[in-house]
Amino acid sequence: MTAVAASPVLHDCRDAFASTLEALAADDERVVAVCNDSVGSSKLGGFQKRFPERLVNVGIAEQAMIGIAAGLANGGRRPVISGASCFLTARGLEQIKVDLAYTNANVTLCAMSPGVAYGELGPTHHSIEDIAWLRAIDNLVLIVPADPLETEQALRSAVDHDGPVFVRVSRMGVPAIYPADHRFEIGCAVRLLDGDDVTIVANGTMVTRALDAAALLRDDGVAARVISMPTVKPLDLNELRAAARETAGIVTVEEHSVRGGLGGAVAEALSVEHPAPMRILGFPGFAPTGSAKWLLDHFSLSATGIRAAALELTEPKQV
Amino acid sequence: MTASTQEALPGRIDAALPRDERVRLLADGARRIRRRNLALIEAAGLGHIGGDLSATDIVATLFLGVLDVDPADPKAPDRDRFVMSKGHSSGVLYTVLASCGFFDPALLDTYMQPLSPLNGHPDSKKVPGVEANTGPLGHGLPIAVGMAIAAQLDGSSRRTFCLVGDGELQEGSNWEALMAGGHRGLERLCVIVDRNGLQQGAPTEETSRLEPLADKARAFNWAVAEVAGHDHRALLELFERLPVEHGKPSFVIAHTHKGNPVSFMRDRVEWHHKVPNADQVQAALEELQ
Repeated sequence: MTAVAASPVLHDCRDAFASTLEALAADDERVVAVCNDSVGSSKLGGFQKRFPERLVNVGIAEQAMIGIAAGLANGGRRPVISGASCFLTARGLEQIKVDLAYTNANVTLCAMSPGVAYGELGPTHHSIEDIAWLRAIDNLVLIVPADPLETEQALRSAVDHDGPVFVRVSRMGVPAIYPADHRFEIGCAVRLLDGDDVTIVANGTMVTRALDAAALLRDDGVAARVISMPTVKPLDLNELRAAARETAGIVTVEEHSVRGGLGGAVAEALSVEHPAPMRILGFPGFAPTGSAKWLLDHFSLSATGIRAAALELTEPKQV
Repeated sequence: MTASTQEALPGRIDAALPRDERVRLLADGARRIRRRNLALIEAAGLGHIGGDLSATDIVATLFLGVLDVDPADPKAPDRDRFVMSKGHSSGVLYTVLASCGFFDPALLDTYMQPLSPLNGHPDSKKVPGVEANTGPLGHGLPIAVGMAIAAQLDGSSRRTFCLVGDGELQEGSNWEALMAGGHRGLERLCVIVDRNGLQQGAPTEETSRLEPLADKARAFNWAVAEVAGHDHRALLELFERLPVEHGKPSFVIAHTHKGNPVSFMRDRVEWHHKVPNADQVQAALEELQ
């Protein structure tokens, strides 16, 4: 498929999350929202007005929140948890493993404001490890949507899925990436741009930057393939194998630590099946304070940063 | 394999019987469950006999005489829920579930053997009648609160019971859930504390004290009842008159003895997960004639 021209309008994906959750709740009595004093930050105000009895706000208590959601699922409900990703995943990790994944509970975890969305608040509130520690857990689907449409469809797929699903919901503005007729499927990558020189694999807020980098590379005479990889687990291995086979190398880019995220997942998969030169772009460690946009640019998670990494793969340094 | 594995396990008790008869059947049933539980642990060479014996009368009373569950339809949507939060007491849970007919008692012989569905800690995907995967402490109570909220949303009168160990209450997640349950006034929810006073390595009060436990629960807006946790009549009467107070969830402190009633195990901390040898099993079985 081809991407639509990037719209200058930027969207907060929490809006798509909130409207989709309300639509799901209107259609399906089983859907309940579960949160940790996060009605405002999850934009659940509309849900609260329409379905007050189906909003379970447990207070600031992430471990109990996840256990309570597991209990609701045992009772036949379809709980959708929403909370800041940093607290939701780290504080409730054992509950995610045992109560949801090991139990195969039909619970959706919506991780609000992930990555460096809370940039100015510092590393306590950055969530650049969430994918790494969740990726080790069996029976847990991980989705990092890139735009409002993908957020909506990821949430619908998650609620419909048999078993637990984690969905990152971006706060930092992103343009619409996908055309209205796009259909998200768990485990399916999307080739946004064809090209046979080098591959850029991105997800979440990084997809638009990957497309911008590809435009710069085109001016350099380099045809970059851009793959959106919304599902980090399970990965779309076919698309990765093709990229490894057909292009000079792969740049992964994510709003996450360089350790254990999308880049780690791609490297693990390809190193066994079809090793390819790679560059893994992300945060090297705890980030300083700064706006999300500033932090992304500062750590080269930008069109120019991605372009530079891609050129390293297409123009290997002479030894 | 000891002779006790060949003995018949008790079945569920007809609620129409007079209470005296049900109490008599419970006492006899709990004795037979303990004998089978000992054989289970002897065969596995692993287990937590002290906590199993501490919880036997509570779990047996609930499953044989109180819970509205159907072993032939273990996922019936409106069944009562029982969560064994102290998942290490899987030995007694499995023995009671087999006793009720949730699965073939012959399966008990596979306890903790390779590929057995009877893991050291229960797996709801593998064992009918197990409602939650527990083992790490402090998980059951939040799950039970969620189950009770689900029942409330459904407008159902089904009840949720959760058995927690006393040492387990040192986990903070319990207090998060107690706050949430008390706040919501979940009167169809009953948490039972197996208050034997001993955690893995020492008495609770010497480790990180729980007392005044009843006052703590009341402060969290739960209605508290205390009961002799090995007295079948007292347990049955209490469970039949729940909730302790309308508009509040019930917090039952069941005073128990770890290893009860085996003389050389009772109130002895080392029997948390010590495995009895053949002579000790024989001695225990003789006490449970």
